[in-house]
Order: sequence, then structure tokens, then C-alpha cells
Amino acid sequence: MSVRYLSCGDTAFSVEFGNEISPEINGRVMALHAAIGQATKGGELAGVVETVPSMRALMVCYDPMATSRAKLEPEIEGLIARGLPTDMKSRQVTIPCCYDDPEFAPDLKEVAERTKKKPEEVIASHLASRFKVYVLGFMPGLAYIAGLEKSLYLPRRSQPRVRVPRSTVAIAMDMTTIYPFESPGGWHLIGRTPLWMFDQRREQPVFLAPGDSLTFQRIDRKSYDRIARDVEAGTFDWARLVKSA
Amino acid sequence: MIAQLKVARAGLFDTLQDLGRIGFMALGMPTAGAQDRIALRLANALCGNPADTAGLEIGVMGPDLLVEAESVRVALVGPLSPMLIEKPDAPPKPLESDRTHLLKRGQVLRVGMVEGSSTAYLAVAGGFALPAFMGSLSTYARAGIGGYEGRKLAAGDALPLAREQAPPGDEKKLAQPFDYGSGPVRVVWGPQDDYFSDKGRRTFIESDYRVSKEADRMGIRFEGPTIEHSKGADIISDGIGPGAIQVPGAGLPIVLLGDRQTVGGYSKIATVASVDLPRLGRLLPGQTVRFTPVTVEEAEELRRDQEARLARAIAGFQTARPPGGIDLVRLYEENLIDGVVY
Repeated sequence: MSVRYLSCGDTAFSVEFGNEISPEINGRVMALHAAIGQATKGGELAGVVETVPSMRALMVCYDPMATSRAKLEPEIEGLIARGLPTDMKSRQVTIPCCYDDPEFAPDLKEVAERTKKKPEEVIASHLASRFKVYVLGFMPGLAYIAGLEKSLYLPRRSQPRVRVPRSTVAIAMDMTTIYPFESPGGWHLIGRTPLWMFDQRREQPVFLAPGDSLTFQRIDRKSYDRIARDVEAGTFDWARLVKSA
Repeated sequence: MIAQLKVARAGLFDTLQDLGRIGFMALGMPTAGAQDRIALRLANALCGNPADTAGLEIGVMGPDLLVEAESVRVALVGPLSPMLIEKPDAPPKPLESDRTHLLKRGQVLRVGMVEGSSTAYLAVAGGFALPAFMGSLSTYARAGIGGYEGRKLAAGDALPLAREQAPPGDEKKLAQPFDYGSGPVRVVWGPQDDYFSDKGRRTFIESDYRVSKEADRMGIRFEGPTIEHSKGADIISDGIGPGAIQVPGAGLPIVLLGDRQTVGGYSKIATVASVDLPRLGRLLPGQTVRFTPVTVEEAEELRRDQEARLARAIAGFQTARPPGGIDLVRLYEENLIDGVVY
């Protein structure tokens, strides 16, 4: 697999592992992201400011006062040549989701009709999907989470909604997402989690991270309300949703 | 004692900004930060602040600020014509920009309009006493984070000051306005220049592009000849660096600035060299630019030259005469140089 180094001006470049969405390519992106993080913590790779993983590429941001492209690119090449870790540890995250309230899931019926399923079968497929967080972006804490069961693939809505409530769970194409803020959105809304994907009161304001493995857990409206109260009050125990694999 | 600057009258788009929220792009967090880092750094240096202290980014028109502190030293940098109102109903007195001013309790600083640029900066000696979020005070208004309640300033806001009174010392000024350079905006090809035809790439560097009305802290949409793609406008989303120039299907370039999203799915023909990003952060709707390619190495070298010039500008600050007073030191020095003694 050939690696391409693409210029992003004089303060960043992109290390591109391929031009398709595949778990293997993304695995290498995440491995290099982790390897550079390790190296900079250990005092190597002076001048690297941060790295930004996406589906198939890692953007390496650097300070041209502290290093240069000519110096840094071979250092990154060396890191890749030394061999990237293949057994990346990932967090196993469970997201409670309420699918039952029609206000939370305005598109459930339409998704069911278009995928020729019953609404209960749509929910079952979403629950059975083994998701992975590929990339965060577009807005703080918004995760593109791939791994949706094939039978649920649908294009985005032709008419995006102006307002999607915070914490809505939605699907489109081969992905699911959770809106961190109220915002416009063109995905199909099938549920809502009581969790906030972004909460600036938390020490780690963004809950999900690239590389996380993720499944949804069905909750009823009563549980939703109880968790929502705790999240709002800032007393929710987030650690119980996360297992290190 | 509370020490604060009270917004007596709001400007148009004034937000607190430092050099950006660095290190969280992987979590989808935009960097934000000063559109014109040079002017902010000059303002901080004039005040004796560390370079990454947050200052007020003045967008188009600044606020009236009432001093509710023993005293405060402010530096204004940029094409401003500020005024000082010494007490209620007193006629406003013009002040100079590109220097510090010592303000006293009850005085009102009228920051006024920014002329010929979209941004100017105000720094206060000691900085603002506001909590950093993810290591930075930069305002990212779209998510309501950082700065003052995560938003632009409004009338009645009170900006807490870290110091109850100004530190002792002379007022300082720039020897001359910083030279941002003119001529074409330098860009580095890529990361997706191979998504464009030869004709498209030529159009991009041989045409004038005009800043449209859609220009803000997120980016600038340009108007001009459309740029031809060869492999289509869409890519599998990847990271967006500062100054990235994305070209959606309609063929018109958008330069992405501090509040840009961290990843995006449009092909990026080129990236503005970091040396010229402060110029982009100053552009006004209706102004035109030309883009010209340089190599990565040239862009890095240009940036290092600019940093050296910035360091020289800071080392060359002059002592400013207090308004209405006589700067005795300066008077004697100039007399000695001129050889004339009164």
C-alpha cells in the first residue's frame, strides 16, 4: 500500500493511506495518529503541533519555526517504516438510546418503509450494528460512526431539516451519528440519547474519540428521563459506558 | 475591588481571541484564534503581555468601553481612529492607533470603525480574567465556547481585568505600521490540486478573485471565474488546514480560516501560505486578490522572514508621548540630534 504526502500549505501535510473507505486503511491512519502522539510525548518529532485523523488520511500540523517539511516528512516515513501497531487498543462505548418516542424518532416510519422493514426491525438492525468512530469533525464532538447494517443504507434526505435537536441519533449511507448541538441536518432521525456528546463543563468536553468501538443500547422513556436529568445536573457517571478493550 | 471594562455600546462583531485552541482538531474542535495573528501579537507586545494572551478582535466596528478600574493600559493595533471620552458629556478626543494608552476610571474608550481592514485588535496589560476552555480563550461562537460567554460582545457586558491598575511604565508605539506585503497572495498547491484540470489550475492563478459578502471568521467565499475540476469536487473527507482553499462543485474558491470545520469533503486546490494568512484575515468584501503559487520550502522561508520582521518591529517599539503632555526625553533627544537647543 503506497503512502502519499500531500501539501496543506507550510504548516501541515496530509499522509494519505488510500483513496477509499476501509477499516484497514483507517486502521493505519489511527495507528499513525497514535504513533505520532507517542513519539511527541517522548520528546521526538519536535515541531509537530497536532494530528487530525480522517477516514483515509492523517493531517500532520507543524510549526515551521520549529521544524520543516523537509525534516519532518522523512521522520514520519521512518515511523511508518518501523512498523505501525496493528493491535490498536480501542475503547468499547455503549450509547443508551430511546427509539420509542415519536418526537425522538420522526423518520423511523419512513426509514422502515424505504428499507422494507417494520420499525421494530429497523431498531433491531441499529442495535445489532457494530460501529466504529472513524472521524470527528464538522462541529465539535460530531462523530462519523461507520458500521451500520447494510439493510439500513439510505442516502441523505433530499431536504435537510433546519433544526435537529441535540443528542438526536440519526443514520445515512453506511453511518450513524449523534448531533452534539441543535443544528441543521440531512440525516434520518431514528432515536435520541440522553447523553451530551459535547459538554464544556466536563474535563473531557468531547465524549467520543476516533477509534472508539460503539454499540447502542435500547432504553425506555423513563430511563431516558432519569439519565437526562443526571447528565443535565452534571452528576452522570460516564465511566460506566466505557470499557477498554 | 472589581476591575473591568464595561461595554457601554456594542460594536459589530467583537470577540476575544488568542492564538487559537491548539491540539483538539482530532475531536472536531476548530482552532478559532485571531484572524490577524500579527496585529494581536503586536498589541500584546506593546502591553508587555505574553504573545498568546487573549485580546479583543474588533470586527469592522468596535465598542465603547467604560473603564471600571483604577487604571488600565490598552494597546490598539490596526487602522482605527479611536476616541477618548474623559467624562460623561465631554467631547470625544481623538487618540492614535498602533500604540498604548493609559486609561483612568470613568473614561470611555470609543474604539470606532476599522478602516481598510476587517479586523483590528485591542489588548489590555495583564489580560482579561476569564477562564480558558481547552487551553484557550478564543471565542468559537458557533458552539458558544471560549471568550466571553462564547459569543461576541453585547452592550452591558463587563470584561474582568486581571490587574486592578495599569503596571508602571511608558506608553509605547509602533515605529511604523507593520508591512503585511502587497501583491498576489502566496499559495502552496494541494492537497487535491490533482482533482483539477490544467485549465482549472491556470484559471485559479491567472484570475482576479473578489471577496464576496459571505466572509466571516469561518472563511471567505470568492467571486470570479469558475475553476474547472477534472475528477469532481467531492473527496472522501479529510483534514482542513488553516488557509485551505476548497472548491465546491460550483467552481468558486472558499478560503477557510480560524473557525473552519476540522474536516471536509470538497477538493482543496491549494492552501494559503501562513505568511499571508493575516492578510486574508484583514480582507473586506469587494476587495480583489490574485493567487500565486510558491513551494512549501519558499512558504516556510517567507514565514520565517516575517517572524524575524515581527521580532524587529517589537524590538523597535518607541516611547509614545502621552496625549496633551510633553515627552521630555524625546524632546531632549531630538534637540541633541538636531543640534538645536531652545
